Amino acid sequence: MVKHWKALLASVAMAGAMSLAAPPVAQAQTVRVVMHSDLKILDPIWTTAYIVRNHGYLVWDTLFAMDEKFEVKPQMVDTWKVSDDKLTYTFTLRDGLEWHDGKPVTAEDCIASIKRWGAKDSMGQKLMGVTAEMKAVDAKTFTLTLKEPYGLVLQSLGKPSSNVPFMMPASVAATDPNTQIKPTDVIGSGPFIFRPAEWKPGEKVVYVKNPKYKPRNEPPSGLAGGKVVKVDRVEWIWIADVQTSTNALIAGEIDMIESPGHDLLPVLAKEKSVRLFNANPTGNQFTFRFNVLHKPFDNPKIRHAATVAMSQEPFLQAVVGDAQWYKTCKAMFICGTPLESMAGMDGVLNGDSAKAAALLKEAGYDGTPIVLMQSTDLQVLTNLAPVAKAQLEKAGFKVDMQSMDWQTLVSRRTKKDPLNSGGWSAFLTSWVAADILNPVMAGFFNSACDKAMFGWPCDEQIEKLRDQFAKESDPAKHKAIVEAIQKRWAEYPTHVHLGQWYAPFALSTKLEGNLVAPVTVFWNVTKK
Amino acid sequence: MFAFIARRLVATIPVLLFVAIFVFMLLRLTPGDPAAVIAGDNATSDQVAAIRAKLGLDEPLHTQFFIWSGKALAGDFGESFFFKKTVAELIVQRIEPTAMLALCTLILAVSIAVPLGVLAAARQGGWVDRAIMGFSVLGFSVPVFVVGYLLIYLFAIQWGLLPVQGYRRIAEGFGDFIIRLILPSVTLAVIYIALISRITRASVIETLGEDYIRTARAKGLPGRTVLLRHALRNAAVPIITVIGIGIALLIGGVVVTESVYNIPGVGRLTVDAVLARDFPVIQVVILMFSFVYVLINLVIDIAYSFFDPRIRY
Repeated sequence: MVKHWKALLASVAMAGAMSLAAPPVAQAQTVRVVMHSDLKILDPIWTTAYIVRNHGYLVWDTLFAMDEKFEVKPQMVDTWKVSDDKLTYTFTLRDGLEWHDGKPVTAEDCIASIKRWGAKDSMGQKLMGVTAEMKAVDAKTFTLTLKEPYGLVLQSLGKPSSNVPFMMPASVAATDPNTQIKPTDVIGSGPFIFRPAEWKPGEKVVYVKNPKYKPRNEPPSGLAGGKVVKVDRVEWIWIADVQTSTNALIAGEIDMIESPGHDLLPVLAKEKSVRLFNANPTGNQFTFRFNVLHKPFDNPKIRHAATVAMSQEPFLQAVVGDAQWYKTCKAMFICGTPLESMAGMDGVLNGDSAKAAALLKEAGYDGTPIVLMQSTDLQVLTNLAPVAKAQLEKAGFKVDMQSMDWQTLVSRRTKKDPLNSGGWSAFLTSWVAADILNPVMAGFFNSACDKAMFGWPCDEQIEKLRDQFAKESDPAKHKAIVEAIQKRWAEYPTHVHLGQWYAPFALSTKLEGNLVAPVTVFWNVTKK
Repeated sequence: MFAFIARRLVATIPVLLFVAIFVFMLLRLTPGDPAAVIAGDNATSDQVAAIRAKLGLDEPLHTQFFIWSGKALAGDFGESFFFKKTVAELIVQRIEPTAMLALCTLILAVSIAVPLGVLAAARQGGWVDRAIMGFSVLGFSVPVFVVGYLLIYLFAIQWGLLPVQGYRRIAEGFGDFIIRLILPSVTLAVIYIALISRITRASVIETLGEDYIRTARAKGLPGRTVLLRHALRNAAVPIITVIGIGIALLIGGVVVTESVYNIPGVGRLTVDAVLARDFPVIQVVILMFSFVYVLINLVIDIAYSFFDPRIRY
């Protein structure tokens, strides 16, 4: 018996010694993240959903990208030049770019990708509208020839948010833009490789490091610069319940929550193993959208009265609460960006109900109720409509607030029907600031009547100014046009901004290197 | 017996047909447009219309129904509007977690609730009976998600004994599989234990008042034998009925429990599909649940004849 015990102790000791002596086995570094939504769709051109855009940035690369200072920098492009008449752009790709299947990235791939994106995206459609032709010069070089000078060629190709002009292999980009690409077609040249076999919708998405990716030499900045991947694997774990994801982060089962609820931020801030990090200093913008097709908002003066009646702070308080995560800002193109301006903002958004009431009387408001759609299932939007209702009613508007889930709202907002047949007057939403940085990007400024986004504003002056902005490339002139647009907006309001807000990441203290960027990206991230 | 089973299976066809038509119409008449959801928040009306046409949602309702039912009869349940995956593929991925959670809960609940109910009946009016029935009332009254968060706080956050969330398939290792099912099963079992133990108690107390029990006692049989062999067996029919009814409760509870513990089962698939208006997935999942309900009722009816020889089909 004693012999057995001795033998057992000896073998345990030997095993311990061997394990100490053995070289450490390299463990794959895996970052587990709960994103703001489950990834259901894989094609970032087919949908504008932000989760699909974020997925796109992992898998695909872009010709140009926006840096931290909102400047467009080359990404897949090595060099580019513009002809003296400003009509022909010549782009040459970097050496050694490869798709995940090992084939080289060619100029033909880029042309096909731009065409597919240009058929779907509003900024892309504008670019394609002024493009005469795109032609491959050689395997790495192609030209884009314009019908007339256009100032936003690089800004369009470096558009940071949905739809992003991601470069795809020509065979994939040949897919009809209104048809979703297949999971096996998710082949990019980006820093991560999507694993279709491990994609379990409603459960998890897996990306592994692309070992052949050649990052640029510049340091990372925003979405531009060197995309150096420092972990082996990124897993998006889908946890629908925010309390469960918070518990999982505290217990160390996940490393990051992209969008923790504002009500749970104080809980997370107290945890020693968790830190909060605001990766997007321009944040998001709450927005009130008018439908100009029906009374009373068919009258621009009544819309103006609404802008006078509203005030940002109560909206931000009702949803965000803690002042460190919001900022009042009247600028239509986001505070803290080159196009920030307060032109046209005198007297609006001050919550001046007496002045608004006088304006309503002057505009001949006949008491037609506003059908205000309230989304009740998205925490970040639910409290906005009651605040809008209170502010508008204080000024003398009649408000019929109708509650529904977000999916009902998004389908109802596409309907132009009269108010008594399921139509609507207004709703509230939120934009990621990166989507509304200039009047061409900002969809709610599109005032092309039937071709505009839901709400269908119709104003020649705003459209002319947007066209001028698109053709211009001088930053000083851009600013002047933006100021003119904002002044026109005061007379012909299309929507109202209700304040900037921020959604910090909740990160495990083991995670470092997260970048300041308008989109959540995972290059440069390390895990201790 | 076989003729009875065959008749009952044939009877499921009109039930499923009715469910199919009802769910199809209900979904189409409910506000919400999957095309608008797919297109994303920044999409224009034209983009939404293009997607609607692509999905065939601009066709008249009856055309949509005949296309769908024709394919379903041929075993093709279609493709999810969102995931580029077939509905069958999605459901197959989600069945194991739900089935395992339901099975563990059922085993746990029955193995705890029946002895508790019998014990309460045997000690009728005593403190043990009161304690068990008090627990039963509590189990009924506290919502599943409250029990879930409480258990997570204690066992996962405070004491670090069990994981907060997630599911591992059996193929990935039994230890990992079972450890992740403990908290969800206990959470879900609480209400079920409350229900079964109450019915067991009532049923056994009723049986204990029967003449044949008095006769068994008069014959000098030990109390335990009387209780387990005579009283419990004769009280089994209502207990089995309540277990069957409880499975319906279980399916409802699974949806909440799967959300709290982040288990990627059929319950969560249903919720996600409803929120996203993923019509093909909702239709098949509800049809499947209906079929399971019908099947459970059949199994319960068959089980009656094993416990009560007087019941014959």
